[in-house]
Amino acid sequence: MTDTLAKTPLHDWHHRHQGKLVDFAGWAMPIHYGSISDEHVATRQNVTLFDVSHMGRISFEGPDAADLLNHILTRNVLKLRPNQVRYSVVTNESGGILDDVLVYHWLNSAASPRYSLVVNASNRDKIVQWIEEHRGSFDAKLIDHTSQTAMIAVQGPKAIQTVNQLDASIPFADWKYYTGQPVSFCGLDCFISRTGYTGEDGLELTVPAESALGIWEQLIEAGQASQIQAAGLGARDTLRLEAAMPLYGHELDEATNPIQADLGFAINWDHEFIGKAALESAANAALDRQRIGLMLDGKRVPREGYSIVDASGQPLGTVTSGTFAPTLQKSIAMGYVVPSVAAVGTELFVDIRGRHEAARVVKLPFYNRNSFSKGS
Amino acid sequence: MKPEELLYAKTHEWAAIEDVDGQKIATIGISAFAVEQLTDLVYMDLPQVGQQVTAGDSFGEIESVKAVSDLYSPVTGEITEVNASLPDKLEVFSDDPYGQGWIMKVRISDESSLSDLADFAAYQKQCAEEG
Repeated sequence: MTDTLAKTPLHDWHHRHQGKLVDFAGWAMPIHYGSISDEHVATRQNVTLFDVSHMGRISFEGPDAADLLNHILTRNVLKLRPNQVRYSVVTNESGGILDDVLVYHWLNSAASPRYSLVVNASNRDKIVQWIEEHRGSFDAKLIDHTSQTAMIAVQGPKAIQTVNQLDASIPFADWKYYTGQPVSFCGLDCFISRTGYTGEDGLELTVPAESALGIWEQLIEAGQASQIQAAGLGARDTLRLEAAMPLYGHELDEATNPIQADLGFAINWDHEFIGKAALESAANAALDRQRIGLMLDGKRVPREGYSIVDASGQPLGTVTSGTFAPTLQKSIAMGYVVPSVAAVGTELFVDIRGRHEAARVVKLPFYNRNSFSKGS
Repeated sequence: MKPEELLYAKTHEWAAIEDVDGQKIATIGISAFAVEQLTDLVYMDLPQVGQQVTAGDSFGEIESVKAVSDLYSPVTGEITEVNASLPDKLEVFSDDPYGQGWIMKVRISDESSLSDLADFAAYQKQCAEEG
């Protein structure tokens, strides 16, 4: 591990608690603290803490903040209600995906509307530059809060009760999923939203960098009765994959558009944005490939880059993410195939290092917390 | 088996070498350090009895949630036995890596590569550098 990597305010805690630190987008981040599977299961059954401080946190101020974001995002931010959070995509002129983000609409203490984005760590510099380049005459200011703050994701069915043990004054249980707002939490100015990247209920807390360790340790203490544990990026990856959430650099890149990626739900066609014309063409033309989910019969794991083939070995597409899913106890993958074999139930094969392993196209997500029977 | 008495490949397999009726038989597994580094094992392929293996060459693979890794033979010879129940109880790799976690036995046909294997002290040093 080189010293050139950026460190989150929780870095020393991870190091002290056997976090295996790896380079992730230029940050020293814990991949696990011993077992990805254990951390995964703890998230599904109880509650875990993730340090996601590497994610880029950017807010927008000024009279044209909404117009600037509407120019950049596939979502129409003027339709966001106060405190609403939405998933959106940033596309280039050809409709290629520059990043996938969460956009937050909130009110500051002066009750004037503000917007924020949480962007991928790997894309933060690119997106900040992209927005600056396209700011034009919009009267809006971009503020990057990433290094002044830390972000802690508390995820799992016991997440809300755990956070409320630190401060019972905020009725998180009454907050709708995908809402968030600035709050005074434990006497600190924080931004909290009921969001996450695990397929479970949970909260994401943006806190002042200097208070991050204190909050983290209090959460660990408060969660003892719920068997709380820290979880790393490995479990974050297997959790999001079971929930079929795409990951930039895997399912998403600049050569892929949101129609192929099955992210049409994140496009509002009632506003103008960079890439709209290209996406309209793509939406009206036949798809050349589309994102699907695969479940395999065997336990060998399809990995990124492996070919998806038919019974005669003809290539039909490529795996973009795969794992052995700890909740489902099945090998699963997401990938892209030609539309003729994308229907749910289609029998395909994945070329796993020369052996063609049977797989079938399944409905996404693989895991849904509202319909999955935990007793099964 | 006691880890102190085993020989180790740079690729983290161990070998216990015994004399049986004048022939050298190696029992082979993977070290506790390797198991800890791999984490979350989900699948492995066993080789076939009768198969020839060569020191330093892959004889199978082991998959974790995160990645797939090749298994390399520390010795050259013919496989005489495999631990057939191992793929169905991968947890023994963590519970008992030098006992129930053995993978295969090999009748050594060429002893020249044995000198490339490290003793326990040298292997511990290697692990300390990698860990």
